[in-house]
Amino acid sequence: MSALRSALSSRSGPPALALPVLLAAFGLAAALLGGFVVIAPNRLLSGTPLGLWAAAGPAGTAAVLAPLTAMAGLGLARDFALRHMLLGLAAGALMLASTGIAGHAAMVHGADAGPLTRVSLGAGFWCLLAAGFFTLADAVERARTLAQKAVPVLATAAGLFALAAGGALSELSLAREFSVRQHAYLNELFRHLELTGAGLVVAVAVGAAIGFMAYRRPRRAGAAFAALDIVQTIPSIALFALLIGPLTTLTALAPALRGLGIGGIGPFPAIVALALYGLLPVARGVHAGLSGVPRAAVDAARGMGMTGRQIFTSTMVPLALPTFFQTLRITLVQLIGLATLAALIGAGGLGTFIFQGLGQTASDLVLLGALSAIGLALLADLSLRGVALALFRRPAT
Amino acid sequence: MTPGRRQAGLVRLLGRPVLWVGALFLVLTFTMDRIAPHLGFLFPPGTRLVYSRASFPELVASHAMLTGLASLVAIVVGLAAGVFATRPAGRDYAATLEMLTAVAQTFPPVAVLALAVPAMGYGAAPTVLALVLYGVLPVMGGVVAGLRSVPAPVLDAADGTGFSAAGKLWRIELPLAAPIILAGVRTSVTIGIGTATIGSTVGALTLGSPIIDGLSGSNPSYVLQGTVLVALFAVTVDLAFGELEALYHPRR
Repeated sequence: MSALRSALSSRSGPPALALPVLLAAFGLAAALLGGFVVIAPNRLLSGTPLGLWAAAGPAGTAAVLAPLTAMAGLGLARDFALRHMLLGLAAGALMLASTGIAGHAAMVHGADAGPLTRVSLGAGFWCLLAAGFFTLADAVERARTLAQKAVPVLATAAGLFALAAGGALSELSLAREFSVRQHAYLNELFRHLELTGAGLVVAVAVGAAIGFMAYRRPRRAGAAFAALDIVQTIPSIALFALLIGPLTTLTALAPALRGLGIGGIGPFPAIVALALYGLLPVARGVHAGLSGVPRAAVDAARGMGMTGRQIFTSTMVPLALPTFFQTLRITLVQLIGLATLAALIGAGGLGTFIFQGLGQTASDLVLLGALSAIGLALLADLSLRGVALALFRRPAT
Repeated sequence: MTPGRRQAGLVRLLGRPVLWVGALFLVLTFTMDRIAPHLGFLFPPGTRLVYSRASFPELVASHAMLTGLASLVAIVVGLAAGVFATRPAGRDYAATLEMLTAVAQTFPPVAVLALAVPAMGYGAAPTVLALVLYGVLPVMGGVVAGLRSVPAPVLDAADGTGFSAAGKLWRIELPLAAPIILAGVRTSVTIGIGTATIGSTVGALTLGSPIIDGLSGSNPSYVLQGTVLVALFAVTVDLAFGELEALYHPRR
């Protein structure tokens, strides 16, 4: 066992790790040189940057420098069993300290200057956050046990959640953009999930049928996939817009359809566009999954006296399921991203905030929409990976 | 070469969809302002039919410039990162790079584009940045997959015949990996054309501009013109890459 462990640890290379040291140096430079927060007279004007020392004082600066020092020290230290977990924890501490201090600075400096003043996150903050994130990612990748991987991630996530839920960040401009439109935010979030979900359901139903047909009739597979390839090639925004014309004509010819919510703008064309985009990955996944079933398994099933239907449902489908599930995850993540464009054709979703913010040059509103879309996509990706791990007992690739 | 074979070659050339789609794209680019005035019957009366903020050849040129510039940077960076991740010095970071690639793939293009605006302002600059960030990933993925697909016996043979590390990379590994690298570049450029279209929401001048202007000003004629041209543009470029890829596969 110990021989195995030493063999594994020698794989992870020389004792000194360059990446945490480099990232710590990068973080130090960002902390000293970059604007940590930006103070603007109101939500639309651009503000003046405030460095870490000026924004947070000696205590705050020390709270950022301590995890940076720990990162560099652990990177230079000789290898030991818990090193990667400790590195992950130091990186998480850096992310938490930066966020908490930014929230605190917003309270201090925002209160001084009147109710319209906005305190936004500066370039220095984002660099520190990125340095922490990359170090954490690297540490998780290198940690040797599942517990050592999970502890830093869960601790960081729990800490960030506690900061946000405890109101420590409430004076940051991003949080204020959220709190003035909480109701609209929830509406658009649900709309985003509705659009994505409906698009995914249609894509899976139709795409699985296409994939199955392509598997059964290999001669037609080429033509079917070529047609779906073209759909994928068309820029997403054009696909959304392309549907406006035909659907408007359709409802002009048959006004009864309008009662069903079918029309040129609004949720219906958005769902159609999302479904069209999802067809190719789903069809390919089903085709690849079924094609990947070993002949021997099918032969064995036939030898046991199964009928064609039984072979399909109890042998082929279970064996094709992991591949199919993986494409489901990729498709869902893709559709969550694409659904941000639905706002352009009046269908709502998180893109509403992005495009509103771009129109008003209110960068924190843009940030609110964009970060939410990214968070939703990451959450979907992580949770479906978790489900796949639990269902199939092997990690998704 | 007999006349019969020459004819067969001509037929094969004319049978290439890239030629037809590309020709249609070029013709429409230069005649759109003359076709559009006749499309009034498609739209509600009173719709302004001809997009006038910029000419379509200008839009195409600007779109192609943005995508081309960003793709060039993405290819250089992606190639360097992919080669690094497969060398002895960088192999240690391959798993981390791959994980970050997977995480970055989940970022919606619109979000990346929108996040670049506060840092860089409106216009072409945030679009190029988002295009580069988004374009690097597929290239790097293709390079890593391609270099890893080179069979070990081939590498051993190269070592045995006295190739230097650089010579082996340049003359053995990259040529053998080329088809897979090309597939990555193809994905990258296709995504780039799509992202550049969205770039017009942050003020870049592309074929997305008539679409965005048309959507916000409820002018279906602008939307249609931009949509048709950008779809033809993307399909043409994709088909051209398909022809390039076909060169690597022996004809049956």
